[in-house]
Amino acid sequence: MEKMSRVTTALGSSAISGRTMFCHLDAPANAISVCRDATQVVVAGRNIFKIYGLEEEQFVEKLNLRVGRKPSLNFSCADVMWHQVEDSLLATAATNGAVVTWNLGKPSRNKQDQLFTEHKRTVNKVCFHPTEVYMLLSGSQDGFMKCFDLRKKESVSTFSGQSESVRDVQFSMKDYFTFAASFENGNVQLWDIRRPDRFERMFTAHTGPVFCCDWHPDDRGWLATGGRDKMVKVWDMTTNRVKEIYCVQTIASVARVKWRPERKFHLATCSMMVDHNIYVWDIRRPFIPFATFEEHKDVTTGIVWRHQHDPHFLLSGSKDSTLYQHMFEDATRPVDMANPEGLCFGLMGDLAFAVNDSLISSDANRKPYPGGDRRYPFFSFKRPNLTEQFAHVSSALSVFETDLDSHRMDWFVKTAQLYLLSGKSFAELCDHNAKVAQELKRPQVSTTWTMLRIMFSDPANLAAPAPNLNLSKLGSLPLMNSFSMKEMGPGMGTDGRLERSKGESRQDNIHLEPGNSHISNNNEENEETEGSDGPVENMFADVELDDDDLYSMEQDNQAAEEQEYTLPQEAFQLRHEIMDNPSAPEHLQQDKADSPHVSGNEAEVTCLTPIESFSLISISQPLFSPHLPASFFCPIVREMLSYYAEQGDVQMAVSVLIVMGERIRKEIDDLTQEHWYMSYIDLLQRFELWNVSNEVIKLSTCNAITCLNQTSTTLHINCSNCKRPMSNKGWICDRCRQCASVCAVCHHVVKGLFVWCQGCSHGGHLEHIMNWLKSSTHCPAGCGHLCEYT
Amino acid sequence: MASNAVPGLTCRANGEDGPRQACVSGGSLRNRFDSESDGAPTAKSSARLCSRDREERAAALEELSQKVLACLGLDRPGSARLGKRMLLHLLRLSRSCPLQEVRVRASELLRTAQDEGVEVPRALASGPSAFIPTKEILIEGPNQDVLIESFVSLGRVDHLTMVMALHPAYLSCFLRTQHALLELDGPLPRHWRHYISIMAAARHHCAYLVQQHSAGFLEAGGDESWLSGFEHTPTKLRSLQTLNKLLAHRPWLITLQHIQELVSPGAEPRWSLAELIHAVILMAHTHSLCSFVWGCGLNPEPDHIGGYTFQPPSPNHLPRSPHSPAPEDGRPELVDGAVEVEVLLKRMVELQQQQEEEECTQEEMVTRFERERSESIPTAVVRGAPPDLVVCLVEEPEFRYEDFAPRGEQSPPVMRAQDYSWEDHGFSLVNRLLPDMGQLLDEKFQVVSTLTYHRMAMHEGVDTYTLRKALWNYIHCLYGIRYDDYDYGGVNVLLERSLKVFVKTMACHPEQTTARVYHTFWRHFRHSEKVHANLIVMEARLQAALLYTLRAITYYMR
Repeated sequence: MEKMSRVTTALGSSAISGRTMFCHLDAPANAISVCRDATQVVVAGRNIFKIYGLEEEQFVEKLNLRVGRKPSLNFSCADVMWHQVEDSLLATAATNGAVVTWNLGKPSRNKQDQLFTEHKRTVNKVCFHPTEVYMLLSGSQDGFMKCFDLRKKESVSTFSGQSESVRDVQFSMKDYFTFAASFENGNVQLWDIRRPDRFERMFTAHTGPVFCCDWHPDDRGWLATGGRDKMVKVWDMTTNRVKEIYCVQTIASVARVKWRPERKFHLATCSMMVDHNIYVWDIRRPFIPFATFEEHKDVTTGIVWRHQHDPHFLLSGSKDSTLYQHMFEDATRPVDMANPEGLCFGLMGDLAFAVNDSLISSDANRKPYPGGDRRYPFFSFKRPNLTEQFAHVSSALSVFETDLDSHRMDWFVKTAQLYLLSGKSFAELCDHNAKVAQELKRPQVSTTWTMLRIMFSDPANLAAPAPNLNLSKLGSLPLMNSFSMKEMGPGMGTDGRLERSKGESRQDNIHLEPGNSHISNNNEENEETEGSDGPVENMFADVELDDDDLYSMEQDNQAAEEQEYTLPQEAFQLRHEIMDNPSAPEHLQQDKADSPHVSGNEAEVTCLTPIESFSLISISQPLFSPHLPASFFCPIVREMLSYYAEQGDVQMAVSVLIVMGERIRKEIDDLTQEHWYMSYIDLLQRFELWNVSNEVIKLSTCNAITCLNQTSTTLHINCSNCKRPMSNKGWICDRCRQCASVCAVCHHVVKGLFVWCQGCSHGGHLEHIMNWLKSSTHCPAGCGHLCEYT
Repeated sequence: MASNAVPGLTCRANGEDGPRQACVSGGSLRNRFDSESDGAPTAKSSARLCSRDREERAAALEELSQKVLACLGLDRPGSARLGKRMLLHLLRLSRSCPLQEVRVRASELLRTAQDEGVEVPRALASGPSAFIPTKEILIEGPNQDVLIESFVSLGRVDHLTMVMALHPAYLSCFLRTQHALLELDGPLPRHWRHYISIMAAARHHCAYLVQQHSAGFLEAGGDESWLSGFEHTPTKLRSLQTLNKLLAHRPWLITLQHIQELVSPGAEPRWSLAELIHAVILMAHTHSLCSFVWGCGLNPEPDHIGGYTFQPPSPNHLPRSPHSPAPEDGRPELVDGAVEVEVLLKRMVELQQQQEEEECTQEEMVTRFERERSESIPTAVVRGAPPDLVVCLVEEPEFRYEDFAPRGEQSPPVMRAQDYSWEDHGFSLVNRLLPDMGQLLDEKFQVVSTLTYHRMAMHEGVDTYTLRKALWNYIHCLYGIRYDDYDYGGVNVLLERSLKVFVKTMACHPEQTTARVYHTFWRHFRHSEKVHANLIVMEARLQAALLYTLRAITYYMR
């Protein structure tokens, strides 16, 4: 009731009351307008032109202005406006380009007063001057705005927007002489009514047509515009440069925008496509509409506040042939339905969780999250603004970070930086990279590198290290379970075995990953810890499950961990072999059947010492032929690369691809290679490893990749004389006919390397500038700039 | 969108080796990698041939010729190894590649092959268009950059591009749109897009586009059996038939129900709105492109059926393929053509003044629109049966354009341009369902509506706005779209009868365009100006068809 009384004072004697109501029209409406005392509304459309009285409970048809047997196109209205001073005066804009005025005071049935047919195309908008009785403005599709004096037969001035289609014209509420016009090309122009020769100012407000604009009724500098780009923008026109101060993103193109009376920050919008609702926005809260009216079944074409000082009544007309009066208190408030909870995963596996404050506080005594619990309550609220009618919702945001090493990508960055991909011999590269991987505690990768070196190096180079390593690798197997030799003995590294291994190897790795994370977390279960350093342990873990107590008696936690990190250096071959070896589960079963398990375990532990592996020379020697051709291994390597790539370690795949070069390239089809390269480069660029990414691009052998380096290398240059873009090739600017790139030192044209100062844009031959700047700190062109050469 | 680099945006290197285009031609090329077969030009090699790097191109060219020579050497007498596809590939390169070195080398290779006793194909057509003399195109198309750009990004320069290159500003945005429609991300799979285009082109018996898209379809991994008839295609595609038919011939009949049948939740198979919009734009685009192809009398490509022959040329008989436009030579006697231009010019000026002076009644305006709409323009002779290639792809071939409102019949309600326009409504809808496409189409419409060279025939400095507007509105009038603010009397004044015949034929029965129709209108105008008229017809037609469909979709969404 308090509200009501305030309204009453604002309106003076005639209080407005009513309720949400509607009436059917005979035809779709294009525009509506209301008379000054808020008692009548005019509805105009292609086939309708009527005045309705606004009564307490209903709309009452007062007058039909479409008279005559054959209605002419002059009645086909695109827009209508009721004069805000002179109650009997109306103006319409017709689709055929006519501007018509109507005088309700005429005694005859036909109220048509004047007809102006000066526009060649559809007139989109008519607008009366807010205070002058006889001044009418129109904006048309033909790009012209015309100002009419209703006492004369024709327009008094014509304003040319110099572009297609004026969509809206609006007199300023406060500046007597100013009006704004919005255009189909996205511009908004400001005109002085006294100066038809050119606009006062112009700015680009939207991309695509600006369908509407509206001056703020109180604040003289504010103009709201709405466009096809689905935005509503509020511009401050008082400053030297027009400034966008608020922006609201809606879900459909904005057809009309109207400031809400008495509420400085509210405006109403409707759309001409797809979305039928009317929204009222608080422009300071651009994400959720303040209020929504959802009554219409087709697009809303006209909205108007019933009275210029009453914010509670909104009238709207629509293509669904209805005319509505909306009561503000009946509006839907979307904010009430908004969900204040949110959950999101970050790139690095962090989890952010926002929840309503009340929910969190009720759960005050919950246990803090064990690992890295950070809660940032980061919404600091502005002091509640009394004019803001939004309900305040506050949420607390919790962020849970994962700081488990396994999820970090440090290793990726380090690896990328430290790997050598070219510039040395193949063997050296492999060794280097193996070492890098080793240092980053990635024994499996490291082992792979070493394997590659062995497989693909010349037999001569191989001589020294090879036997030894191969020994240990082969030797380990027989040591563990001697019978397995029979099964796979001669087939070391052949295709057949690998194929068997495919399915298994993935499983192995699945084992592996959880193990890893546990390690860094806290070693609580020691059998899992075992699994962390590679498939070997994995296998042991399996073994161990059978006789757990026995194993744990042998080694305690600490020892196990230490061993893990020393392990690879001596026996990494072993690990790798077993990774390819799928037979672990089979062993187990067989173990149970015939060989005492304990012995297997013991043997394995001892095998970690070099002495043990030495003793196996005799076994391994005959099995391994040192003269296998390199190509013999290609299928394995191919499998391995695909394996890495599938595991997500595309870095390994690409690095190996590059280092191996021709040795492997033909084995892998181009598309796959290209795919790997692309993924790796993408990753590198995300980590901002530009240099590495560039090196990879350079070293790649795929056409599609190498040409990446040539994208967007176009350089657009302005002529140094006339400052306009150089369009042609060569050294002469075709506008000012001068040589554009002249050396500031020797005054000759620079062909070849040209170095610029980024500050003053003078420059010249590289060595000239270098020499000059050795002796002088100023620009050689004499512009006084302190150039720097680094 | 690298392949859409605006022609002329060359990098100005300050080095000695001249300008170097430095962009990658994106997906379009890489996607061609899949179809490789022996003997035929592999996609990869042709992709290399279109490289922007000059050396790369030279290497590819060298490789190509090595391969051809090797084939020749292997089995001397027969041409078995040198496959037909390879020969046609060479033939096409020798005819249409904008890069001279490639052209020369390709023809050399063909000659060598011929010397070796291989039966070598010969292009039947002497140029891209049967209507426009080849020299006109070469002279008037000074902008080789556009052609090279399109060769580099598309891998070929077809006749369509060559003719369109008369208007480079339009060509570049046309190619951009087409690329986005066919290649870039979108709701429909690539081979579907081509197949939908084939369906659309077949409605207008346009063997040229059917073959172009068939190649694209196979390249995108489409099933060859689809090309032999609809019965092999998924029902979902077949359900587009009705819409395709209406869109091609009588778009004003498209209603909410047609959309509902495809999209509503009960529909089986069901189209999503985004897919549907994509398909609709593809179809409308292809239909209007058919108008252009027929209207410019494009000859089949050298590697199309009907574009080549293995028979040696006979001196007196010029072999004509049934696929090229009718040979009926209509070079008219040059009667006072120059006078006609003068008259037209005068009328344009008068019309402009008239508009300012005299006002006619509303009734008169309506009558004028009705008159234009219902004026009977006889559209050429009905030509023979469509080529077999196309027949199997058309359902209900007897469904054709019919005048929007034949006299004496109840006409469907006219569509008012003010109530549903591209700028206000169509754009928003397309952009909502298929982001970017609205922008591209908008750009294209804008380019075509503002395109002018300020000249007419032999006159310079002419404002052709009224003429262009009259053309545009006349076409929309044929499709039942009416502008409240346009005086249709202007159409009658500015468009002579022969032009109306041409426009109506092209917009409504493009397959019936003949050389006579093309040659009888605007006899003193340049060919490039006639192509310009073609462009306007094509775009106006596209917009009209789109507006009707989009309106139906809007109603559906309501």
